[in-house]
Amino acid sequence: MPLKIDVRDLNLFYGDKQALFNVSLGFPEFQTTALMGPSGCGKSSLLRCLNRLNDIIPNVHIQGKVLLDKEDIYAPSVDVVELRTHVGMVFQKPNPFPRSIYENVAYGPRIHTLFKDKTELDEIVEKNLGRAGLWNEVKDRLHQPATRLSGGQQQRLCIARAIAVNPEVILMDEPCSALDPIATARIEELIDELRERFTIVIVTHNLQQAARVSQQTAFFHSGHLVEAGETGALFTMPQDERTQGYITGRYG
Amino acid sequence: MNKHIVKGYDEDLKGLRTLIRHMGLLTIEQIRKATQSILERNDVLAHEVIDSDHEINILETKVDELAVRILALRQPLASDLRMVVAALKISNQVERIADYAVNIAKRTLILDEMPPFPEVEGLSTLVKIPKLMIEGALTAFETYDVNLALEVWHMDHKVDEFYNTYLRKIFDEMIADPKNVGPCTQLLFAAKNIERIGDQAQNIAEAVYTMVTGKSFNESDILKNAPKV
Repeated sequence: MPLKIDVRDLNLFYGDKQALFNVSLGFPEFQTTALMGPSGCGKSSLLRCLNRLNDIIPNVHIQGKVLLDKEDIYAPSVDVVELRTHVGMVFQKPNPFPRSIYENVAYGPRIHTLFKDKTELDEIVEKNLGRAGLWNEVKDRLHQPATRLSGGQQQRLCIARAIAVNPEVILMDEPCSALDPIATARIEELIDELRERFTIVIVTHNLQQAARVSQQTAFFHSGHLVEAGETGALFTMPQDERTQGYITGRYG
Repeated sequence: MNKHIVKGYDEDLKGLRTLIRHMGLLTIEQIRKATQSILERNDVLAHEVIDSDHEINILETKVDELAVRILALRQPLASDLRMVVAALKISNQVERIADYAVNIAKRTLILDEMPPFPEVEGLSTLVKIPKLMIEGALTAFETYDVNLALEVWHMDHKVDEFYNTYLRKIFDEMIADPKNVGPCTQLLFAAKNIERIGDQAQNIAEAVYTMVTGKSFNESDILKNAPKV
């Protein structure tokens, strides 16, 4: 499988504090890669490097390369707004806009003018709510406020919103940590379906979730990539003692 | 290996090891008694073996229950997962070994209903190595000792050698006098059971190998890398 994203020798600094050390990691296309590790290990920092979300933090400094389809996303010519249509993001807490369900999904296509007329926009909204597994639940109340949906539905709405601008990569930062097990299972099933069209990177603290949804898992510790590999192998036979200690719940 | 942050988890895994050790000790004692019963034609001892078998079956059920409980409640990963899977396999194999001991004891009871027949030398020698193998394999399980597991695995060819030697003696007796065929058949079954115990001990060693290394046991690789004797 070719690499959709290729991170090479990435160093990330917040002011004087270095958060990532020489991270090199490939993200195969149409696969889900899980990033895991203890709090402060750098996994979310890495995720935020993949769509330049760290740019908004003052004093942030990045060395190394992040290649999306072999193009460096940190090259001066790159338009960050354009980049983020290619690399969408779903956050920990569902964060729908305080608008209708319809408007949440229509928002991206509107600002990027991805449609000709109202009929086409309606189609985009329906298609993406469908892909997010939400259409049947909301088709009769599309113009009701999104905030009236349950937490799990809101998160699927956020996924529908993220994929409505036809990204190629979806970044997910703990997308299920605020959801109950049933809503979590729905999102996990959705991740598996979305993998046909998108490359997915997910940060999760839930080891079983990483094991269930990903094909590749990378383990981080203190800003270093400790090991990355095929998910089944990493969870049954980790190569590094730090990984072994973390996933079996032992003192380091 | 470092301790788990959750102490109860360590206790559960220790519980599993303790149950297997207990099963192993009882089973080795069953083999000892069964062999003694057939060598001495001792019915009382044979009955003891047959009657005690349920204790091992109960322990096997306990291992199953605790392992399933650990899988459900602790969701073990990496070395812990491999240990729980190995424990499930090993308890199953130990239980089979105990069944072989019962089968040997049953031969004693059948032999006792036949006219007296002299001992065919070799059975007491034959049983020594499988007993050592079980002890070694279970120690290797407790101590994560892959070298010991491999040593045990290689011992099985000795069992096969002794078994074939014993078999030839039995056949000689059968050929010498057709009256011997009945009792000799019983001894032959007993020897076959002992030989199978060696095979099961070898399976335990394979489970330990996989538990420690995380690799599937590949017989041809192991034989290729074996030191020449």
